[in-house]
Amino acid sequence: MNYFLTEEQQMIKELAAKIADEKIRPIAHEYDEKEEFPAEIVKVLGQADLYRVFIPEEYEGLGGGVFEMCLVVEELSRACGGIALAYAASGLGIIPIILFGTEEQKKKYLPKLASGEIIAAFALTEPDAGSDAGAIKTTAKPEGDSYIINGTKQWISNGGDASIYTVITLTDPSRGARGSSAILVDKGTPGFEFGKKEEKMGIRGNSTRELIFQDCKVPKTNLLAKEGMGFMVAMKTFDQSRPGVASQAIGIAQGALDEAVRYSTERHQFGKPISSFQAIQFMLADMATQIEAARALTLQVARSIDAGEKNVAKISSMTKVFASDVAMKVTTDAVQILGGYGYMREYPVEKMMRDAKITQIYEGTNQIQREVIGMNLIKETLRKKK
Amino acid sequence: MNIVVCIKQVPDTTDVKINPETNTLIREGVESIINPFDAYAIEEGVRLKEKYGGTVNVLSMGPPQVDASLREAISLGADEAYLLTDRTFAGADTLATAYTLAAGIRKIGDVDIILMGRQAIDGDTGQVGPEVAENLDIPHVTDIRKIEQIDDQGSIYLERLLEEGYVRLKTKLPVVITVVKEINEPRLPSLKGKMLAKKKEINTWSAKDVEVNEKRLGLTGSPTQVVKIFTPPKPAGGKVFDGDIKDSVGKLLRELRASGILMGSEKGDE
Amino acid sequence: MSSIEVIFDKCIGCGLCVKACPFAAIELVDKKAVINEKCTYCGACVDACKKYQAIVITRHTFEKHDVTQYKGICVYAEHRHGKLSSVVAEIIGAALKLKNILKVPTSAILLGHNVKPLAEEILSYGVDEVWMIDNPKIGDFAEDIQAGLVTQVILEKKPEIFLGGGTIFGRSLLPKVASNIGTGLTADCTELEIDPETKLLKQTRPAFGGNIMATILCQYHRPQMATVRHKVMKEAAKTDSTQGKIIEMNHIPVPDPVIEVLEFVQEESETVNLADADFIISGGRGIKDPKNFALIQELAKAVGGAVGASRAAVDAGWIPYSHQVGQTGKTVNPKIYIACGISGAIQHLAGMKGSDIIIAINSDPEAPIFDVAHFGIVGDLFEVVPELLKQING
Repeated sequence: MNYFLTEEQQMIKELAAKIADEKIRPIAHEYDEKEEFPAEIVKVLGQADLYRVFIPEEYEGLGGGVFEMCLVVEELSRACGGIALAYAASGLGIIPIILFGTEEQKKKYLPKLASGEIIAAFALTEPDAGSDAGAIKTTAKPEGDSYIINGTKQWISNGGDASIYTVITLTDPSRGARGSSAILVDKGTPGFEFGKKEEKMGIRGNSTRELIFQDCKVPKTNLLAKEGMGFMVAMKTFDQSRPGVASQAIGIAQGALDEAVRYSTERHQFGKPISSFQAIQFMLADMATQIEAARALTLQVARSIDAGEKNVAKISSMTKVFASDVAMKVTTDAVQILGGYGYMREYPVEKMMRDAKITQIYEGTNQIQREVIGMNLIKETLRKKK
Repeated sequence: MNIVVCIKQVPDTTDVKINPETNTLIREGVESIINPFDAYAIEEGVRLKEKYGGTVNVLSMGPPQVDASLREAISLGADEAYLLTDRTFAGADTLATAYTLAAGIRKIGDVDIILMGRQAIDGDTGQVGPEVAENLDIPHVTDIRKIEQIDDQGSIYLERLLEEGYVRLKTKLPVVITVVKEINEPRLPSLKGKMLAKKKEINTWSAKDVEVNEKRLGLTGSPTQVVKIFTPPKPAGGKVFDGDIKDSVGKLLRELRASGILMGSEKGDE
Repeated sequence: MSSIEVIFDKCIGCGLCVKACPFAAIELVDKKAVINEKCTYCGACVDACKKYQAIVITRHTFEKHDVTQYKGICVYAEHRHGKLSSVVAEIIGAALKLKNILKVPTSAILLGHNVKPLAEEILSYGVDEVWMIDNPKIGDFAEDIQAGLVTQVILEKKPEIFLGGGTIFGRSLLPKVASNIGTGLTADCTELEIDPETKLLKQTRPAFGGNIMATILCQYHRPQMATVRHKVMKEAAKTDSTQGKIIEMNHIPVPDPVIEVLEFVQEESETVNLADADFIISGGRGIKDPKNFALIQELAKAVGGAVGASRAAVDAGWIPYSHQVGQTGKTVNPKIYIACGISGAIQHLAGMKGSDIIIAINSDPEAPIFDVAHFGIVGDLFEVVPELLKQING
């Protein structure tokens, strides 16, 4: 479907696609096997200016928004959902700086993030705080001009490879979620160490690590927004980042569909290509339809967000929940169409199925997303009644 | 360092197919690309600029649509682009092409290094580089796989690929260098580069804009003349063995022997 | 100035020329052929329109030479490390064939230091004269000074045809000479013939990666120059009785070289010299892993051949670029070319189509390599090659 991209958006999409096809696809399998962070690709993405697309022009970006980020994430994810995460997770770390950073913070970090010289990460999840984000225990105790951070963050994408981390902490544990604050922590700050690298099912071309803070002292100027607004920062960030996860899911699904279509025209059984069987055609048709629906929803929501629509939590959650469920379904069907080959690690679709799974889980599980959608739906209805 | 990279726009011949009925190239849907060897020359020019400073000028001769290739070169890091385009340039063989390009290079002026690919994938001649050098009365070195360094005295150190190995050479600037693909891995364009390329003004020169003897241009200035174009005869249907492998190999060796070619011992015949 | 014109009265709008044009330079507008700026004056349309004669190319030519002053066939005698390049015997062979028709003397230009033995060797092939400049300044890789010297010899001796080897050196040297003299040069010819009527040299060469062949003439300029593809022409035979003579041309001053050779490095692997090999065994994508090239290596060793590779194998980093055969690699013309696990992309075929015998080993019977192969074995190369080795080794 033609999404009537501007000339600039078309350029972004084409360049991301070129990098995906020429640079990422040939090495996707290798990074999945080795479970390594794709530093060489980050360099390529930086040189191509792709990190600039959603950063404001005053900070050496190209002034686009969520929409442009989605275009890039989808194209990269077509080749490898894991490697694309080096891009998308940096976006998740960059968004709070764009939304809530002071002029000084923006000047300090955004130009380097725009060039890809450094990448970012976002840290909320803890061992005992997943969907129940209010249960975080990491504290940032105010002390003179500084905060002293203690605690452990878990499963942080780009962990160890990012240079700047937006960390959600409690500056006033007595107030619970209302005592939370978002603080920027540079890699290399004394008292900030990385824990073990996780061994994962999918998205293995990205490093996921623990962040360990032990009396880590950061200046108060590293605070984003205000004390007590940590959760607000996180939620507003997710509102903008979820379409990115949706696009990651769509990209993975599209990659799987492309493989399935190609395979079905090449694979002969009973003397015919299997694409000539309706059983296969119908599966392909459903896969394609679901992907297009997910893409249409996601890109329209991204446009709405960029255009300044208020209260986007509901529609933002819809993109993620819908697209990630589509990705899981489509990749599973792709494995089915490839049959025994689909199950083999030598062929790309089993990896896509493994990569797709995380999109239903991270940045808020799909159960939480549905709760967000449901709550907003009820709120809106009650408001109308008044 | 003032660098000129000469590029040619060519059809992507990996896509070229022959129409078996008319025996001609099917050009429909065949994309025009920067001659792949020239892409290495552009990259090398940009790398030299990054290392030694200076300007990378891309220069091409051809019809107006070459504009797209020059813009692509800008997106890949070239600074200025020049297109020599004029109906009188058409039909040029390598001699007339080199003559015209040399006129363009003279007009750009004060050039230290002229880079180009070792040959174009449509013509496959590889003659334009040396002929440009001759027109400019400067040395040339072909098939360069590495530019080692350029020193303060204007000496350039190079590695030239040969059939049986390579030679390391030293010569003086200015020089014409043709490169092989081993020399580097061309970068992808950047978004900023692409946006810049879109807006960039391409300097377009006609025959009147450069100092030339009109009689040396295009078809008129070309001593060679193509008198016939034809498709090479297809090889007669080969023999393909698709049975048992041991059997196939035996049959193959027997066939070769029948053609007077001996591979290995007679005992191979089972 | 030259021009191409469609005579509208004769053009019936049949569109044959549109189909024939390899450059998409003709469109039909209101049922008449219209030629656009992509035209290169190749003349394919003129041939296509023989019936109606509606397209006319008017050719003007700059500064014609007085062609009657030029006589004889001359070759450039390339040599390295004191030995004649193998292509020299081939171009002498070609020159002698042309001589049979033209009935003119043959000669060779030989430049270098202490090269008299080479001059004698050249004469033994039946060449009438060797024009020699012997000077210590002339090194093996010095086309910078050689181009000027060759030019002066030619201007003095005026041969009507001058041929060089289609080697890296020859294809660098001859263009500079041609440009210096202001004559035409045809690259990498695979066929040379004399037109019986005009006595012109018909030079035929592949273009577009071997997709098409072009026959080229150089009518009004002399000498008619060509580089000749290595391993295509039949070598001249050596004879015992040499009647030719050596003519020293040391009156031509030799300038100081501007290109200095610092070091010559023979590539370690003896299996790389693809240009000279009679047997080439190449591996492609089907090799799957760099270490599997050992198998190709082994077969090459068994038959005394060189190892080649497709672009796919080189791009995958399995084997160095120096082994690459194809349009962006080397062009080879061995007696036998064995393609193992190579699908036969057009760009690869461009580099090896000239081989005398092509043998394809591929598990995909539909692979395009089988279309050009003289012999093919359908099967897994990891089974076929070991079996081949076994049977070759007896």
